[in-house]
Amino acid sequence: MAIEVRIPTILRTYTGGEKAVTAEGASLAAVIDDLETNHPGIKERLIDAGDLRRFVNVYVNDEDVRFIGGLEAELSDGDQVVVLPAVAGGAG
Amino acid sequence: MLTIDRATYDAIVDHAKRDHPDEACGIVAGPEGSDRPTRLVEMVNAAGSPTFYEFDSTELLALYKQMWANDEEPVVIYHSHTATEAYPSRTDIGLASEPGAHYVLVSTREHGNNPGPVEFRSYRIVDGEVTEEDVTVVDELPAVG
Repeated sequence: MAIEVRIPTILRTYTGGEKAVTAEGASLAAVIDDLETNHPGIKERLIDAGDLRRFVNVYVNDEDVRFIGGLEAELSDGDQVVVLPAVAGGAG
Repeated sequence: MLTIDRATYDAIVDHAKRDHPDEACGIVAGPEGSDRPTRLVEMVNAAGSPTFYEFDSTELLALYKQMWANDEEPVVIYHSHTATEAYPSRTDIGLASEPGAHYVLVSTREHGNNPGPVEFRSYRIVDGEVTEEDVTVVDELPAVG
């Protein structure tokens, strides 16, 4: 069950500079746990208080996971996961 | 230092004035590692707000896929402040996630939608630390190499 995960520049410190890594898991939550095993520290950058961080976007096969179950989104072999930090800000 | 061509500079200012009083946002992509801002992409501010901006998540993915296909990266990430100075807010600093990009801020507080000068300033934002840099506007970007 190989899932390709595309890593954004700001998180490549956790992947030794790799732009994409492979992870295993039948759900997004499981894939993130697997990422954490091989790239310690990355999970905290993606998840806060048991949910995806507000300003981190995760896509499965080009679909924003917020629309397909969030962390419970189901994955199968060959799926592609993309992580992109939000581009956001403002005067506040 | 940010070196940017006049046409791109003017287009960013035009975008900021057009969207005032909401914040305008976008990027200028360029070849990876080149530090050359060559392809302006105006983005929709999905927040539609005078005090916040956010790229729509679907458009964000489309934008990055296009850049990956072109071997590009975001050289400039710009947005406007419409009532305050062109300096990164605490929100801007907290959410900045492209350590390699020039973060450009334009303030339209003085003239709004109307003609007139704007503040146009550029920063590096890395690990919560803001460093302002000079902006050099040229007629055309220097030839590669």
